[in-house]
Amino acid sequence: MKHLYTWGAILAIVLASVIGDILLAHAMKQVGDIHALWRRSGLWSVIGRILTNSNFFLGLMAMTVAFFSLLFALSWGDVSLVAPAAASLTFIGNAFAAKIFLHEKVDRRRWIAAVLVAGGVALLAG
Amino acid sequence: MTFRKYLVLAGVTVFAAAGDSMLSHGMKQAGNISLHHLQSVILAVLNPWVAVGILLLLAFFASYMNALSWADLTYVLPATSLGYVLLALIAKFVLHEQVSPLRWLGIALISGGVGFVAGGPALTSHAHGEHAPAKDEARDRAVAVSSGVDS
Repeated sequence: MKHLYTWGAILAIVLASVIGDILLAHAMKQVGDIHALWRRSGLWSVIGRILTNSNFFLGLMAMTVAFFSLLFALSWGDVSLVAPAAASLTFIGNAFAAKIFLHEKVDRRRWIAAVLVAGGVALLAG
Repeated sequence: MTFRKYLVLAGVTVFAAAGDSMLSHGMKQAGNISLHHLQSVILAVLNPWVAVGILLLLAFFASYMNALSWADLTYVLPATSLGYVLLALIAKFVLHEQVSPLRWLGIALISGGVGFVAGGPALTSHAHGEHAPAKDEARDRAVAVSSGVDS
């Protein structure tokens, strides 16, 4: 039963972090290239534009949910299972989600990278 | 890609790795936190390692947002994973810990993955990547003109 709880919490972490990453990435694309914006209209304009972006706050909320799911997962399962499982599944999930929702061209090069990195993270954090 | 953008990506990597390790070091000193003793969270934040760790993670978040403003998510994420490699190398050469062959394999896989992505373009999502900034530029110029500011 505890096993089921742990994997449920891991799934929650992965879902929430993928949603958070997608929303934050989308928000920053709406804000536009920070370097150019900073040069043009100054730091305060950059900060103002980020803080008035609703996707940014939704993304932050999703990241907060992910953080608390992590705390729950860690109280049920071992860190050596939770951390690598959540991190590598998030990598794969992000590659799918970035292709579908952000219309990034996830070509073969990036798929291979996502799989390699996910495998490497699982080995390192394990 | 300019030198400045590589610096931002390096910031994403280094701040995440340094912040995580300081947090974990501090939390081991601060001891366990349970939902029944929430005041222990406040005590944990007073631990200098935890405080510096939080500051570093804020710096990570700022550089992460910065990178996402001009690069794809699938381009930036492998860069963040380089932090794990950095941590393993620090463990080996600074802390003189034993790094198992499996972990070296993990390092090789992550480095290979990053190499794959780094060889390609940083931004492919043209839908909002190219058109929106042009529109914004026009709007900013209009604002500058109407407020009498010459940029």
